[in-house]
Amino acid sequence: MVPLSYYLVLSGILFACGVTGFLIKRNIITIFMSIELMLNGVNLSFVAFAARWHALRGQVFVFFVMVVAAAEAAVGLAIIIAVYRTRETLNVDQMNLLKL
Amino acid sequence: MQVSIAQFFQRSDYLMSLPMILLTIFALGILLIDLMLPDDWKWANAATAFVGVLFATAGLIKVQIALGEAHRQMVPAFMNSMVIDRFAIYFWYLFLAGAAVAILMSVHYMDVEREHHGEFYALILFSVVGMMCMASGWDVVLIFIGLELMAISTYVLVGFLRRDRRSNEASLKYLLLGAFSSGIFAYGLSLLYGLAGSTNLVIIRQRLAQQMAAAGDHADPVAVLALLTVATGLLFKIAAVPFHQWAPDAYEGAPTSITGFMSVAVKSAAWAMLLRILLLGLAPLHKIWVPLLVFVSIATMTAANLAALTQNNLKRLLAYSSIAHVGYMLLGLIAFGSANTPSGVDGIRGILIYLLVYTFMNLGAFAVITSLRRRDVIGDEIDDIAGLFFRAPTESVLMLVFLLSLAGIPPLAGFWGKYFIFLSLIETGHYVLASLAVLYAVFGLYYYMRIANAMLMRQALDKEPLKIGGSMAAALGVTALATLLIGIYPEPFIRAVDWSLGLSQHPAIAHLVK
Amino acid sequence: MAPVATPFFFYLLSGLALISGILVITRRNPVHSALALILTLLALAGIYLMLYAPFVAGVQIILYAGGIMVLFLFVIMLVNVGRAEKERQFNKQWLLAIAATVGLGIVFVRVFTSSQTLTELLKRPLAQLPETSNTQQVGFSLYGQYMLAFEIASLLLLVAIVGAVVMAKKRI
Repeated sequence: MVPLSYYLVLSGILFACGVTGFLIKRNIITIFMSIELMLNGVNLSFVAFAARWHALRGQVFVFFVMVVAAAEAAVGLAIIIAVYRTRETLNVDQMNLLKL
Repeated sequence: MQVSIAQFFQRSDYLMSLPMILLTIFALGILLIDLMLPDDWKWANAATAFVGVLFATAGLIKVQIALGEAHRQMVPAFMNSMVIDRFAIYFWYLFLAGAAVAILMSVHYMDVEREHHGEFYALILFSVVGMMCMASGWDVVLIFIGLELMAISTYVLVGFLRRDRRSNEASLKYLLLGAFSSGIFAYGLSLLYGLAGSTNLVIIRQRLAQQMAAAGDHADPVAVLALLTVATGLLFKIAAVPFHQWAPDAYEGAPTSITGFMSVAVKSAAWAMLLRILLLGLAPLHKIWVPLLVFVSIATMTAANLAALTQNNLKRLLAYSSIAHVGYMLLGLIAFGSANTPSGVDGIRGILIYLLVYTFMNLGAFAVITSLRRRDVIGDEIDDIAGLFFRAPTESVLMLVFLLSLAGIPPLAGFWGKYFIFLSLIETGHYVLASLAVLYAVFGLYYYMRIANAMLMRQALDKEPLKIGGSMAAALGVTALATLLIGIYPEPFIRAVDWSLGLSQHPAIAHLVK
Repeated sequence: MAPVATPFFFYLLSGLALISGILVITRRNPVHSALALILTLLALAGIYLMLYAPFVAGVQIILYAGGIMVLFLFVIMLVNVGRAEKERQFNKQWLLAIAATVGLGIVFVRVFTSSQTLTELLKRPLAQLPETSNTQQVGFSLYGQYMLAFEIASLLLLVAIVGAVVMAKKRI
């Protein structure tokens, strides 16, 4: 029987992978995919706790997180298309019109 | 298995969600009529949106009367996922006021930008619906989904000037950092769910308190991790240091009326969510988040004030000033969280009053900047506002009023916000923090006066007189009036804040006030 | 009900998820990253099945892997893919970021394996699983307890549609 903490460690590591990807990659679409990886870590955490508490709330929250991920992906990719139309590049280092 | 859905609803649920329903109906209506409007009738979208906000306000008044007639402090709705209490009603009024002024500000501006589409106003109304969920949510699911509704509408609104590169870039950066922070926030919520077995904030607080008591008043590492991740998400949304990087970029690139809307309504919604979660859900852990907030608020005030000193872009400068204001408000929360006596309540009063005055004075300042936009001039540098006194004297005087109010000079509205927060700090013995805050407020005076100096003393770079349309004049008039009125005669507003907190009977506050 | 999570399946699926997760963030070509992410999603769907969440597993495959990732692939094809091959892949501060996240990972592992409250929670007895199917139960929850959140989620999807059209279409 696999203990609960193993699932939580897995979700934590996936979440950390997502955070790493967000911080180190330069291609915007890959940065976006790292955010999806983070949200998957969150989903796994919810489902694991729901299995522990034998309640369905955790699974319902997963449903909502997926809806949010879908909406964010749609709008984010649309914005990326808009940015690409005016700039012809997907490299996040070149998005530097707004200076510190 | 035959189950009727109606058994899950009560009559009061429909009434409690009336403002949200009205806003949704009007937003959907705007999306439909926009298809039929010819190009020079696009202002009808704005008119519909404004009427929608008025209807929603009427609905809110009805809700408030119903609450009063039932002699109840709070009414949970939708099976305990939402609660309409006075706190929620106060914030709902703030959101509607912010949206109304933002709609008035946008009419002429979006026309000049040639992006005057109906979707703009529909998105503003949808984001207000999201904010209402955030302010009145008792269940973290509802808070999260309301947060995302508000955030996604705002991402699109920030990028609405589709041909402007800065707007695209601002929207992209805002979306990336916003999505990142939502992910961290959701992770924290998952840990809270795991510890408590429920997504309702009241039950989370009970279980956390039980676990802390059982462990001898030591916080569990998972609870601390949950607190840190949830706090990270919340601090991102209010743009506190070190999570403030998105704010100057998003504020600078967005359409100016949306910058005003974001800095006021989105921030108030984020504060409402933060107060609900920290004071209600995570109250047992207050010994941990109070020192954390001390660091954050000192860093915020320092970084923001220093950065604002060197800015030349008006929107960026006001963005940093906005971050500095968040630093002051955090002090109010620290004063409340660290005291076990009723005097700490002044801190929360301070935050609510601050948000009220901030709504009007910041929107006023952004309204003036918005009016500078003409066909060929973008109008958001300090050079563009130079010599405004000679081109549009009334406007420059109003801008002076807003700037003095932002700096906290009596007898204008901004003074009262700072007054209550500093009072609460002194009452709870945080003398160092209070003197630091006063020092930074003086810094703030410098950069606000820099703008005023450019406006009144320098020569105008282009001498053409400024014309402002009717709706912009209305927006300026309302905000200036509110700033002056609250400053000179704050009594009714302070009483409104006290009413909204139901002082010493509000369950969140009563718990901490022994 | 006897638990289904035999260690073999857990290690297989979690190893798959971890390896493809690392592939997502280390591949130069975004198409490869997207395919690795799809593999992660499928592995996670298998893990959800082990955790008694068949509805969530089904939605994960249909919606996430079958919807969102297809959207990603469309957009990757739409914007020029070839350029990504020639540019630098990682940020200038990559070492710092990796150090920070490895630290984060270690914190996670220590917290979850040493938490007293979690060990307390694990001591509680397993409850009985209900007779009705999982999907039906989730349905009751969505239309009962979480009705308002469900409706707001539908508004969220409408806003996403409107937003995507506004941002991506050339003339609206």
